Order: sequence, then C-alpha cells, then structure tokens
Amino acid sequence: MANVPLIMFLVFIAVTLGITYWASKRSSGANAYFAASRQIKGWQNGIAVAGDYMSAASFLGIAGIIAFQGYDGFLFSVGWLVAYLTVLLVIAEPLRNAGKYTMADVLAYRLKPRPVRAMASLSTLTVSTFYMIAQMVGAGALVKLLLGGYVTYNKAVISVGILMIVYVVFGGMLATTWVQIIKAILLMAGTFLLSILVMAHFHFSFGEFFGAIAHVTYHDPKGATVVKDFLQPGLRYKPPYGPLDLISLGLALIFGTAGLPHILVRFYTVPDAKTARHSVVWAMVLIGSFYIMTTFLGFGAATIVGPDFIRTHGGTNMSAPLLANALAGSVFFAFISAIAFATILAVVAGLTISATTSFSHDFWTNVIHNGVEGKPGEEVLVARISAFVVGGVAIAIAIVLGPTANVAFLVALAFAVAASANLPVIVLSIFWRRFNTLGAVSGLTVGLLASIGLILVSPSLMAIDPPTVTGTARHFIQAKAWFPLENPGILSIPLGFIGAIVGTLISHEPTSQHKFNELLVRSNTGLGAEKATAH
Amino acid sequence: MANAAKEVEVVQPKQYQASQSTWDEIAESKAFQDLMATKKTFIVPAFIFFVVYYFALPVLVGYAPQFMSTKVIGEVNLAYLFALSQFFVAWIIAGLYVRAANNFDRLAKDILDKAEDAKGGK
Repeated sequence: MANVPLIMFLVFIAVTLGITYWASKRSSGANAYFAASRQIKGWQNGIAVAGDYMSAASFLGIAGIIAFQGYDGFLFSVGWLVAYLTVLLVIAEPLRNAGKYTMADVLAYRLKPRPVRAMASLSTLTVSTFYMIAQMVGAGALVKLLLGGYVTYNKAVISVGILMIVYVVFGGMLATTWVQIIKAILLMAGTFLLSILVMAHFHFSFGEFFGAIAHVTYHDPKGATVVKDFLQPGLRYKPPYGPLDLISLGLALIFGTAGLPHILVRFYTVPDAKTARHSVVWAMVLIGSFYIMTTFLGFGAATIVGPDFIRTHGGTNMSAPLLANALAGSVFFAFISAIAFATILAVVAGLTISATTSFSHDFWTNVIHNGVEGKPGEEVLVARISAFVVGGVAIAIAIVLGPTANVAFLVALAFAVAASANLPVIVLSIFWRRFNTLGAVSGLTVGLLASIGLILVSPSLMAIDPPTVTGTARHFIQAKAWFPLENPGILSIPLGFIGAIVGTLISHEPTSQHKFNELLVRSNTGLGAEKATAH
Repeated sequence: MANAAKEVEVVQPKQYQASQSTWDEIAESKAFQDLMATKKTFIVPAFIFFVVYYFALPVLVGYAPQFMSTKVIGEVNLAYLFALSQFFVAWIIAGLYVRAANNFDRLAKDILDKAEDAKGGK
C-alpha cells in the first residue's frame, strides 16, 4: 500500500513537468516570462491566486489547529478570506493599471526609483524567503512521514527545491500559473470530498456533527481525561494577552495579504484591471469555500480521529491526512497527502518567481543598471540565474534547520513584514500626494525592522524550554519573551505607517508631488496600462 | 530629476506617454473628478464597514467569550455563527463592489477615449 502515495506524487510531478515543457516553448521575452504575456483569463488567475494562497499552512496547519484548539483555529480561516477585500477594494486594480512586473513599479513612478526599488526588493526577498523556508521544512517533514521507507528528510527537501527551480527557470510565470491552477483544483476537490465524508460519518446531520464538536474527549499532558466544547472560544488565545494577539493576527492578515509579493505579481498576468478585479472575486469564492470547509476538516479530525491519536501519529500537521485515512482508508490518505505535497510545491514555485522577478527587475535592472538592460533578454537571464540561487539558499537553510525546527512563526513573520513594510508604502504612494522617496524608504525600513525585531523577542523565538526539548526545536533565545504577542502586527503596522509619514514630512520633494497627477490618472483609469502581448 | 524622467522612458518604452500638463489637465477635468468622487462614495464606506465588522469578531471573542459562547441553534454558539457570517458578508461586499465598479469602468472609458483621441489627433 505504501506505493500508492509514491505513485500519486509521481503522476503530479509528471503532469507539472509536462506543463513546464509546454510553457517553455511559449515563453520568450520578458513579458512572457514574468507576466505570462498578460494573457491569463480572469477565472484562471482567480484559481491561481487561490492556489498561491492556500498553502500547506492552511491545508495542514489550520486543520491541525482546529483539531487541537477548536474554534480559535477557525478564526484564522475567517481572516484569510476577509483579507481579500483589502486586495479587491484598494490594491489590485491600481497595481495592475500602473505597474509592470512588481509592486515596486508603482512606487517608482513618482519617487526616486533606485532607493525605493532597492528597499522594496529587499522586503520582497525577505517575505518570500521566510515563507519559502517554512514551506520547505513542512514539505520535508510531510514526505518523510509518508514515504519514510524511501525518502529521507534531506532528499525530500532537495527534490522539492529542484522541482521548483525547474518550474520557474524553464516555465516562467506561465508554467507557475498552471501548476497553481491544477493544485488549487486538486485541493478544492480533496477538501470537498473529505467534507462530504465527514458529514456522511455523522449521517448528514449537522445536529449530530455539532453535538460531537461540543463534546471532544482527549487526555491532557498529565493523563487526565478531558471533555471540551470545541466550539467555545479561548482554547488557544487565553488571557491576559490572547485577545490582543488575536487582534494583532487579524491586522497582519487584513493588511498583510495585500502586501504579499507572490499574490501581487499575479495581477500582472491578466490583460487589464477589470480582469484583475474579476480574478480577485473568483479567488474569494474559492478561498471562502475552502476555509468554510476547514470546519469539516478540523472539527472532523477532532471528533472522528481525536487529538490523542493525532498526537501519537505524526502530530498536528497530520490531522487532515489522518482524517482521510480514518474515513476512507489508505488510498484516500495517499490522495490527500499527494495534494498536500502538490500544494507545497506550487506555493514554493509562486514564491520563487516573485522573488526572482523582484531581484532581476527591481534590483538588477533598475537599481544596479539604472533601468537599462545591458543586452536584450538580460532581465530574464538574471531571473533564471537567481531562481537557482534562491532555490539553493532555501534548500540549504531548510536542511540546516531540520524536520523538527520550530518554523510556524516564519509564515506569521512573512505576513507581518508584508503588512508593516509593503502595505503602508503602496497605499500612501497611491493615495497621498505629499508622499515622497524618504517616506517610502523609511516606511519600508521601519516596517521591516519592527516586524523582524518584535518577532525575535516574541514567545515564538524567546522562551525557556525544558531540557527535554533539544536541537532546532528549542527556542532561539532561552529567556522570557520581551514582547508578549506572537504576532507583532498591532505594533509593527502602525510603526510602518509612522515611519513612512515622518520620513515624508521631514523631507521635501516637489517632483513626487507634481507627478502624483500622472499616477492618479494612470492607476484610476488604466490610461497607458501595460497591454497583453502575443506569444 | 531629468535623469529620473529619462529612466522611466527607457524602462517602459511602449507605454502611453504624455506631458505633465496633459496629466494635470486630465486630473483636474470634471470627468476625472466625477470618477474619483463616484469611487470614493462606494469604496470608503465599504472599507470602513468591513474593517469594523471584521474586528468586531476578535474583539467580542477575545473580551466577551462568555457572551459569545451563548448557544443559539442546538450546540452552535454565537461565536461560530458570527465567524461564519464573515464569509457571507465578505462575498456580498465583493459582489456589490463588482456592480459598482461597472460604473467606474464606464466613467473611466470616457476619459480614456478622450485622452487617446487627443493623442491620435496630434
């Protein structure tokens, strides 16, 4: 039976490599490589945005958090969807109208391009790399659990890394987009099937289902039997700091999603702003349906499998696969696990392409070479080379950290940096006439440093472990945390805004104010927006 | 500064280019002002509403957990129903926005056509 997951992994890999080959034939030129020639359809991009967004952290992580901490885990699901309203109402259309390949394009319009792009690129690389390492460690641990007989953690990490490099280097944005689409459809199908099976287990009676959720039985660490109402708030976020942490998490999600580089670059792959808008709506339908279904995944795992069993069979992250196993046996277990693996691969590919686009377009061409390509095609070449570097660095770090590393905070960190550094400067540059270069650079710097700094001294990295916890699973700093919240958003987001506003007010840059009208007209009407190109 | 302007031209050679006075003219035109006002009328209240509605959830759950644990239908409590309602509210706002945005598109198209005509006429 152990061969089934292996076969499913191989089928997915074969299909995606086929797509990469097809895409490589079609993608020549920078527009094709970085933005899939801007010919992706609205619904396709919507599915791809959903695919980029629903990472292993949501599929495996959320199911696990709900399975162990009930209702509080479901709150993550809510924030992850509602965040798209910020993308829809504020960011997607102006970005598509005024930019070319990256978020820095919009910032560079009326500000001095070099300092602004350099900082924006640094922030993009930071977000993408942190996010990627979290995914790679997760992938390695997952593959090791499923295919322990064949594949070690290191081999799993290396294979994920190589595959993602192949997608990005040879297939560019077109291949990455289709990998996302396939993965999103698989993920939705798997989640839907799993939800139906959970309800079938409860004879399609919501009364019975919620009745079971209200009486989840498990053993606490001391061995005592506990019966808890898993619909009750407060199992994860306990006083005194829990409620504040919850608000802080909400802020990071609502303002961070609209600053995630791998989501933003997706809006350049469609022909115009109207299509970008429709793709956000498509994404919201899929993402919303998915996160509502985490009710069945998470609570299903809590009631049908039970926290006791999950804890001794791979831990929280295995909740969804174990639920599949309990409901429909090992073939379905393999199917769900293969989906989780596909999810990780697709997300790391999306992260890689956003990182490499930013490095080559923002940093190489515009910062180092003042906006002029040395020779035609250089920008794409540099992007391909940097995909190897980014992939190599992520593989190396994931191997050094090892499968037990405490990496969940990396995703929180990515959202916090996106919300505190990227979002304030994007918003101010679109909406505030007075905004200028010093404001953008100081906003990005303060937001980046504040989120990293606060996470370093948060309970995620600072705590006193018992001596039984060893290696990279131990907290980085063995002392009581200086900052009491896991998520820095509540402090770092205002700091990012303050940095941007103060930087603006202490400097004077008449050109940025003069050119505001141009950006205003371009971003609101689409006048002169980048057009779709033929392949 | 001349240098910065040149850079933009080099990076985006195929883009629509216009002089500063043209941009100012469009930005100050009645048609554009109308577009901005129409957008603001929808986007500002919609944004404020969803932010307030969303943050009511962590605030209520965090600071009034007992109240939110009130059972409404069988075992289903207020906290779960309020969380679930967030999904539908988000979808409704998105739907309303798409409807309103058709109107923005119509206003923007007039401005676009006029600007591109002016360009072609030169």
